[in-house]
Amino acid sequence: MEEIVQSFFNAEIAEAAMPIVLAGLLNTILLSLLVVPLGFLGGLILAVLAQVRNPAVRWPLMAWVDFFRAFPPLVLLVLLFAGLPFAGVELGGFACVAIAFFLNTGAYYGEILRAGIESIPHGQVEAARSTGLSGLQTMTYIVLPQAVRNVLPDLLSNTLEVVKLTSLGSVVAVPELLFQARQAQSVTFNATPIVMAAVIYFLILWPVVRLLSRLENRAAAGRG
Amino acid sequence: MNSWNRFVETFFNAKVMAKYLPDILYGTVVTIELAVLVVLAGLAAGLVLALVRSLAIRPLNWLIIFVVDLFRSLPPLVIIVLLYFGLPSAGWSPSSFVSTWLSLALVLMAFAEEIFWAGITSVAKGQWEAARSTGLSFGQTLIYVVLPQALRLTIAPLTNRTIAITKGTALGTVVALHEILGMASSAVSNSYNPSPLMMGAAAYIVLFLPVVVAARWIETRFAWKR
Amino acid sequence: MAYPIVAAHGIHKHFGQLHVLKGVDLEVEERELVFVIGPSGSGKSTLLRCLNRLEEPSSGSITVAGIDMLSPRTDINHARQHIGMVFQSFNLYPHMTALGNVMLALRKVAGKSRSEAEDIAQAALERVGLADRAHHRPAELSGGQQQRVAIARAIALEPRVMLFDEPTSALDPELVGSVLAVMRSLRESGMTMIVVSHEMGFARAAADRVVFMDHGLIVEQGPPAQIFETPAHERTRAFIGQIRQH
Repeated sequence: MEEIVQSFFNAEIAEAAMPIVLAGLLNTILLSLLVVPLGFLGGLILAVLAQVRNPAVRWPLMAWVDFFRAFPPLVLLVLLFAGLPFAGVELGGFACVAIAFFLNTGAYYGEILRAGIESIPHGQVEAARSTGLSGLQTMTYIVLPQAVRNVLPDLLSNTLEVVKLTSLGSVVAVPELLFQARQAQSVTFNATPIVMAAVIYFLILWPVVRLLSRLENRAAAGRG
Repeated sequence: MNSWNRFVETFFNAKVMAKYLPDILYGTVVTIELAVLVVLAGLAAGLVLALVRSLAIRPLNWLIIFVVDLFRSLPPLVIIVLLYFGLPSAGWSPSSFVSTWLSLALVLMAFAEEIFWAGITSVAKGQWEAARSTGLSFGQTLIYVVLPQALRLTIAPLTNRTIAITKGTALGTVVALHEILGMASSAVSNSYNPSPLMMGAAAYIVLFLPVVVAARWIETRFAWKR
Repeated sequence: MAYPIVAAHGIHKHFGQLHVLKGVDLEVEERELVFVIGPSGSGKSTLLRCLNRLEEPSSGSITVAGIDMLSPRTDINHARQHIGMVFQSFNLYPHMTALGNVMLALRKVAGKSRSEAEDIAQAALERVGLADRAHHRPAELSGGQQQRVAIARAIALEPRVMLFDEPTSALDPELVGSVLAVMRSLRESGMTMIVVSHEMGFARAAADRVVFMDHGLIVEQGPPAQIFETPAHERTRAFIGQIRQH
């Protein structure tokens, strides 16, 4: 028991590692603030484009989305980080994370938003267009606000996944929470910093999970 | 040599590809093994938890909800790293395969439990009452009446979630698991050529793209009837 | 005097603060058709659901076909075979055919073989006039047909008593007749029935006794003619008057 406490909940090491781990937390937050809007933007573009009826647009779009749903984000990240330099393009870990997330999480946000847009009855569009709003105005002011509200639980759930996914940054030396914790662990030969990171993730994301679980159960019950 | 040829020569180098093909194939087998075991264990454990939860035993349900929340909150990579680098100090040194498998199975278990549970609770109360009124027991009602309806509702979200988590097998590379990405990465550093990485990427597409396309089909086929 | 097949005494039911049944006594004799009427919230559905313990009474005693329903030693699942129930919202299993709906309890509760269960189920569907719909799913049937399948599901187990909880309230008016016809033929075959319903015409024609409930108590009971024409109680009179206006 004593040994377990020493290896996982070592107060001395926790105190020493605290500044390092907290610096990681700050970067995780900054990284999330960058990649969530970026992915959302990517998704928005895909979802709006998907409304174009032309099969020359629809099919490539669907292929694009399916490709990134099939492709593990870490592989994408490593491909950018370790592959691109061979083409003479050297991007930092941070930029690689940003691009990878734009592509990967954009595909997921895109699918969710598309479903949301398609849940809006066509009468809404007709009513808006009949008052003289343009197609884009109709999308912006009428369709999207309702669409987003309809798929809010799914959007939130995906955002949770995106924030968790920022931990992949550690693989390409982005000093986020997991990376910093592992640094501290490799210096101290003690698992306490990683436990700290896990606890921090849990404390921050647990309320989101609780909220989601309530939203999902309510949605399911409503369908019964 | 024009730039296109140079590009092909660099990223799709035939000689390098031929040399490392066996490595990538080996990694593919490891990835498939891992993926299958994750899906089997994760879905089975998730279903068991959801069934236990339907018994409505208070303290047990709190425990289940906590475990589910825990593994929904933690990034899979954090769990893998914690198991692989942390557990040895507690006297158990799981291999990189076991660490990755256990982590992903626990995460899938958590998500699957939520989805199964949502499916079970979405079956109308009248179904329970009708079945019980004909003398079916709680267990029989669950198995013959509620689960078949619940599973139909869960199949689309479950497929999507399973794919997303199974793709996480690539995370094993962080703990030196010899799956596709791991094999490809070490081949890149040995050959100073990115071609193995392209082969690895192709392997993932070959493995997962059919599943994603199938999932899309399932989604339209088993869509919620509103 | 005939031995009552259903005997409920001193039934109380609380839902939290709400006192829904306040000491109800009801005895039903074999082959009797008892109609329970009353305003919504009077506790009539709750009483029905207590009889097969879909609701657990807070206190009281219930005996059905000689079985003490509230005894912890009673195998409730076995006992429920003897008490058929038909619900307002049909509650057919949507993932099974009509035949599958009827066969399930025959197989799993009564322990019949597949072929035996199929024969009994087919015969039950025949009795409700739906032999030709055996392989249809509930979604492919009209509301009236669904409710008749639900009746077949219950009578296939050869219950001693049938409980009907507003069996026609969820139906379009033109489909009510087919369900009532099935209930009438059940009645003619001698089935003991307790019916919660607003179908006053059917009550008048078929019921042996009408029970009027209000505020969790039986206010008065008697032959249909007496309850409908010369009710003794003011609340009964008001309720009958209201129903008539519709």
